[in-house]
Amino acid sequence: MFNVKELKKSILVSLWFMFLTFPIMVIKVNTIYKTIEWRWSRMAWVGVGSFFLSFVWRALLRKKEMGMKQAEEGQEQKVPLTQKLIHDKRFSRPALVIICAFALIYPLVFSLYQVNIMTTALIYVVVGLGLNIVVGLAGLLDLGYVAFYAVGAYSYALLNHHFGIGFWTALPIGAAMAALFGIVLGFPVLRLRGDYLAIVTLGFGEIIRLVLENWNEFSFGPSGIANIPRPGFFGIQMNLHQVHTYIYYLMIGMTVFTIFVVRRLQDSRIGRAWMALREDEVACQAMGIDKTKTKLSAFALGATWAGMGGVVFAAKTTFINPASFTIWESIIILCIVVLGGMGSIVGVICGALILILLPEYLRAFSEYRMLMFGAVLIFMMVFRPGGIISDVRKVYQFKGLNETTKDQ
Amino acid sequence: MDFEYFFELFLGGLTRGSIYALLALGYTMVYGIIQLINFAHGEIYMIGAFTALIVAGVLTLMGWNQVAILVIASIAAVVYSSAYGFTAEKIAYKPLRNAPRLSALISAIGVSLFLQNYVLLAQTSDFLPFPNLIPEFEFLKPVEHIVRSSEIVIYLTTAIVMVALTILIKFTRIGKAMRATAQDQQMAMLVGVDVDRVISVTFIIGSATAALGGVLIASHIGQINFYIGFIAGIKAFVAAVLGGIGSMPGAVLGSLVLGWTESFFTGYISSDYEDVFAFIFLVLILIFRPSGILGRKDTDKV
Repeated sequence: MFNVKELKKSILVSLWFMFLTFPIMVIKVNTIYKTIEWRWSRMAWVGVGSFFLSFVWRALLRKKEMGMKQAEEGQEQKVPLTQKLIHDKRFSRPALVIICAFALIYPLVFSLYQVNIMTTALIYVVVGLGLNIVVGLAGLLDLGYVAFYAVGAYSYALLNHHFGIGFWTALPIGAAMAALFGIVLGFPVLRLRGDYLAIVTLGFGEIIRLVLENWNEFSFGPSGIANIPRPGFFGIQMNLHQVHTYIYYLMIGMTVFTIFVVRRLQDSRIGRAWMALREDEVACQAMGIDKTKTKLSAFALGATWAGMGGVVFAAKTTFINPASFTIWESIIILCIVVLGGMGSIVGVICGALILILLPEYLRAFSEYRMLMFGAVLIFMMVFRPGGIISDVRKVYQFKGLNETTKDQ
Repeated sequence: MDFEYFFELFLGGLTRGSIYALLALGYTMVYGIIQLINFAHGEIYMIGAFTALIVAGVLTLMGWNQVAILVIASIAAVVYSSAYGFTAEKIAYKPLRNAPRLSALISAIGVSLFLQNYVLLAQTSDFLPFPNLIPEFEFLKPVEHIVRSSEIVIYLTTAIVMVALTILIKFTRIGKAMRATAQDQQMAMLVGVDVDRVISVTFIIGSATAALGGVLIASHIGQINFYIGFIAGIKAFVAAVLGGIGSMPGAVLGSLVLGWTESFFTGYISSDYEDVFAFIFLVLILIFRPSGILGRKDTDKV
């Protein structure tokens, strides 16, 4: 593996990257003070880094090709370890119990700060599971998903500001509003192909954000809405610590509810229709599935979870403004779904926890967060399009026949 | 109706449209060949502008004269943008050539995110003043308040690039290979076209025109930051779709139409919703005429 040819290739790659990053990494011109800063040490880092990474990259590419060849030759593919563990009841039952117990005692053991971070992560879990319906199950790439999150958050904030409506009334209203938006926005774009759909949804997301930013009379513009009340609990007064713990448990409940609903949806008639639509639209229509209804229901249901997430977000932070709902937020949520594994519930939960908690604990690297997200998207698409915990296709077996048919 | 104001808006729209056209050409060429929405195209344009800024900054401090700086900075921008486009294709798109379209699109979003933050971290997040590299022409003095010399240079460059690309695609060997690849990749391979090379060349040409756009618009507007590529990329995409994605004259026509409508809209109605307007335009086109003004209609295949 480490022969001369490989070494030569890596040296070439490293020289190429040193050339490539030279002006932007090394030179920094200050036009006001008329000084130039030369940062040569960075170039050495780039050279060394790309030298080693190119080995890893090629090794991974080789491995992927081997895997593809094996699949072509019809060899039995190994079931990944994670999948084995999830489906093995001896392992999954105790793991589930431990996770539940940990989730329940979490606020008692850890500080307020930790509880807050966990609540944020749980909001992303719920929203990610919602996007998973649209992207993972129905295969519609939605880059404007954050718009529905914004609709939820703004419905609560505005309803509360004008009519004094409380959290628990606003929760279903926010969800319904988001679903309504999902249908309204989904309707015109149903005819579009996958990649056009992505760009149009991105456009919708930006339209909603820009309208919120510019329509001062309606949404109070860029300054946002402050003093949004936290959720109440039968009118009992709570101090800050209690309120945050309460929101945490509320999110735990909501997460469990979401997981339950998404699981049931996946195996339902409509869930299977989504997956069929994802695989082949034309063939799916030929089988008598109503394309319009199926796509709209995916949009609406996905938006519902974003709306609920938005209401909780507004109640948790007590302040919202349009800056919280940029296109990058959509892309972070997309990252969660892609990293975790499109279509897989456990995967999305893991993805959300990794992507939201890791940057919080690695504060030193927090500026590199978005850079890493970009790299993660490329890396996952190239090497593991299925995500960390990929969704296994169900295998149906005909008992009594010698041949087994496999769902490709 | 004030004619001079109208004329000013018209020229403003032409400037916008020309810049969009330089970007949209790259979009449309890449889409024509591998059906990929190259989301990172705007970032390549931003990198071109940054490279030009850095090179121009160094040379200004060394005391070179303005024309030499303009030429060298533009060449550096074109070279580096092409190199970035080429590398991005090799890393993020080539391994995904047979994967579903959405995978490649997500990977392109990753490239866009990565390059933006790379420039943000390696340089700065502030707006940087960009030197006006284009000299003021003497003969334009009397009409200076209507049309600046940088605008004239922008129109001329766009026109030259357009003609050059048309000649390249229509009359050269590589152009023929490109058209063949766009029609049917496998057939092109069978008749001996090196498809990998054709795709690389397409990315290089697209990135080079984007870099020219970056240098010109940066010295016209006078400031850049790491985020300029995103919105410009989206708008160029709108223009490419408007004209009919995959068609080169369509891309230019779409860019001009978008430039003029934006310019008149902001001039006569409101400037608050400038970007909203471009997005609404995009949505309307895709709903009512998804194949664009000059595009072919394609049918779904099972």
